[in-house]
Amino acid sequence: MAPILQVRDLTTVFQTDAGPLTAVDRVSFDVGRGEILGLVGESGSGKTVTGFSLLGLVDPPGRVAGGRVLFDGRDLVGLPEPEWRRLRGRRIAMVFQDPMMTLNPVLRIDTQMVEALKAHGVADGRDAWGRSRDALGRVGIAAPEERMRAYPHQLSGGMRQRVAIAIALLHDPDLVIADEPTTALDVTIQGQILYEVQGLCRRSGTALLWITHDLAVVAGLADRIAVMYAGRIVEQGGVDDVLDRPGHHYTRGLLASVPRPGRRWARLPQIPGRIPSLGTVPSGCGFRTRCGRADAACEAEPPVVAPAPGREVRCHHPVPDEPR
Amino acid sequence: MSAFILRRLLQSLFVVFVMTLLVFFGVNVIGNPVYVFASPDCNQACVNGIIRSLGLDRPVWEQYVYFMNGAVRGQLGNSFTFGVPAMQLILERLPATLELAFASLVLAILVGLPLGMWAGMRPDALSSRAIMTVSTLGFSVPTFWIGLILILFFSVHLGWLPAVGRGDTVSVLGIEVSFLTLDGLSHLIMPAFTLALFNTSLVIRLARAGMREVLYADFVKFARSKGLSPSRILFVHVLKNIMIPIVTVMGMEFGGTVAFAVVTESIFSWPGAGKMLIDAIEVLDRPLIVAYLMLVVVMFVVINLVVDILYSLLDPRIRFSGAAR
Repeated sequence: MAPILQVRDLTTVFQTDAGPLTAVDRVSFDVGRGEILGLVGESGSGKTVTGFSLLGLVDPPGRVAGGRVLFDGRDLVGLPEPEWRRLRGRRIAMVFQDPMMTLNPVLRIDTQMVEALKAHGVADGRDAWGRSRDALGRVGIAAPEERMRAYPHQLSGGMRQRVAIAIALLHDPDLVIADEPTTALDVTIQGQILYEVQGLCRRSGTALLWITHDLAVVAGLADRIAVMYAGRIVEQGGVDDVLDRPGHHYTRGLLASVPRPGRRWARLPQIPGRIPSLGTVPSGCGFRTRCGRADAACEAEPPVVAPAPGREVRCHHPVPDEPR
Repeated sequence: MSAFILRRLLQSLFVVFVMTLLVFFGVNVIGNPVYVFASPDCNQACVNGIIRSLGLDRPVWEQYVYFMNGAVRGQLGNSFTFGVPAMQLILERLPATLELAFASLVLAILVGLPLGMWAGMRPDALSSRAIMTVSTLGFSVPTFWIGLILILFFSVHLGWLPAVGRGDTVSVLGIEVSFLTLDGLSHLIMPAFTLALFNTSLVIRLARAGMREVLYADFVKFARSKGLSPSRILFVHVLKNIMIPIVTVMGMEFGGTVAFAVVTESIFSWPGAGKMLIDAIEVLDRPLIVAYLMLVVVMFVVINLVVDILYSLLDPRIRFSGAAR
């Protein structure tokens, strides 16, 4: 069966006074049905804009300037707004980063859930209310009947994120885009929510694109991983493959800078410099100004090497495949 | 909630008390009403008689105690000129003022809200810039000038609208109102528009600022990601949020609108309480001035209280903040 989502050379550009800035640069990846793909990158790497591009939610001055987003075999780029609206929430849903900001503060939980069902005309009145309440129960909210009548500010952050997840899963979508949904939460809550989302997606066969900067989260959650740097995907593959044998120097640097229990008093290795802001990304390989292995060849567009099937590294000098 | 209301009530009472001091002593240091009432051929004995009849021979503090003694029973003294209770005179004229103020407030929201929302949605459009320019004018152009220009154009030049008075009125629950008759409406429209101009500009700016803020809020994007229709997002998700500051400010402005109606009423000879205040000041009718000012003070205090309660109804975060603890 073809993957539910095939992204090919997706390019999203922000038109500014200083000229066009490319936030997402020829990004390609697949998400299989029921698969969990972790999209990893630092702040400013373009991972959030990638997520919004897949839902047609990039606001001006930004726009999707090129590429294709094949969802269930159909190209979504350039889809008219009413068509987008029929897809959003029903077949592709999204969970946002900050649960404190995603629910409307002046509307009750039930209002915000029932309207999501009614928007796609699948349920009305009492029926929609009951379905919403059951959805709250499924994401682990105690006393859902009571919570339905609450306002967002009466719930904790973790609870609000559960509500947002319940809303995203209301229509049993084919794909959920989750943009750092646990970053703003306590570690304990984070673990619970990860576990539950994983279970819910597995059970309903929902594919999940999990956007995060947290490698530990991806390691425990995802089937495959795509690493993003300065708007491009620099490496992707199976989660264990990439984490155990990183092929790109950026991925290796990221993994090395994760603190680990065995190395307590050692100085934590860092990647020198900082992620370039849009418009200052170097030509050729975007990472070359921070990369220890870079040489003159890196000023040219890096090739994609595929050390193994389903594995891609975009680098002139990939890390030799040796067990760490 | 009830503790909150009780606390606000006590604060309000204190404010009213302080204002009685300010208003009473303030009015007592300006001018001498005796010479307004005494005819030119009045001799000293006659002047003394007037002073005694008005109670002005007593020390000021005694006059204040006398005034407060009546005030707590709702009696604010008799008008010097008309010889009837001042409050009764004001209450007779107040419905006209309130009608004018209400009409102008409704007009301000009906006109200002859509214009401001549009300007917030399309900040760079030519139409939005035009709206913002007009709102700047609305703030800056003095009311009396707009009123006179309107009269000049619509009454004198075109002859479409009457320049003065209230026109035909209909009695609703014992209160005379103009807006239910065609003639009354034609009298109401120009003064209401004049009085509404400032508030309309205010609503435009508040609505625009609200739109600029709320449209980019995460919850709007989340609402879009649910596949909601643009009208649902605009009229439920966005509008409910931008109404919070607008209701608050408009509520507080209502008192100001009633007070500022003085100028508009004078221009259009609208028979309201504001016009009567101007007449009372001219003849130094102290009880009438004091009664009017006290009424305005009480009105402001009550309006602020009502706004706080309304605000808490609109914004659940305020409504529950007391109950949560």
